[in-house]
Amino acid sequence: MSSEQRDHGRRDDRGGRQGGQGGRRFIRARKSCRFCADKVDYIDYKDGRLLGSYIPERGKILPRRISGTCAPHQRMLATAIKRARNAAILPFTLD
Amino acid sequence: MRVYEVLFIVAPNIEESDIDTLVTQLSDVATNQGARVAKIDRMGRRRLAYPIGKFNDGHYVVFTIEGTGAEIAEIERRMRVTDAVIRYITIRIDEDLKRAEKFRARRAARAAAGAGSRRGRRAEPVLPIGNDDEESDEEEGEL
Repeated sequence: MSSEQRDHGRRDDRGGRQGGQGGRRFIRARKSCRFCADKVDYIDYKDGRLLGSYIPERGKILPRRISGTCAPHQRMLATAIKRARNAAILPFTLD
Repeated sequence: MRVYEVLFIVAPNIEESDIDTLVTQLSDVATNQGARVAKIDRMGRRRLAYPIGKFNDGHYVVFTIEGTGAEIAEIERRMRVTDAVIRYITIRIDEDLKRAEKFRARRAARAAAGAGSRRGRRAEPVLPIGNDDEESDEEEGEL
């Protein structure tokens, strides 16, 4: 109980239902950052295939609460996606 | 010395040989201004994610230029007045590369320091809940 209250404030993946009063608790395995696992130091904006996996149907940038990407890598990823959009490698919108 | 990556897209209706002359022309502009063109990457014809003007695809070319920044202004001016170039983007990459190098060095240093120091952390009792939270903190700093 105490551990749950402690992490309540800094929960960045609000999608989870942890800590709800009563009912079931969903303890989901912590998604890990793919870029950390692969030891990626620089995300190239020209790599359309890699970036494409982080833009869902509407062409928006996948939030890190879904993908589990760590903050530094999410920043790099966001810059790379924005650059790729200007280079017509990724679309601004999809419908 | 700064390192830039200049990407530009050449219209698909341009002949292959004309692209060659355009590429050499633009790299000469950079060289004449005192910069060094470290790499020329012809990525070839690719589909555009959205139409630019009336084109649906284009030839991608990437220059890696080492210089002061003054030659970038000139090369961009040239691309602006060249109709064959339908899009160009310049990004400065030396700082990013330096950062990447730093991470790589730090990782190498940590690997060299060996399992000795790391083992202390591993030996801590693993709590069933709440523990994953702490680990994620560490990952963030680590990168």
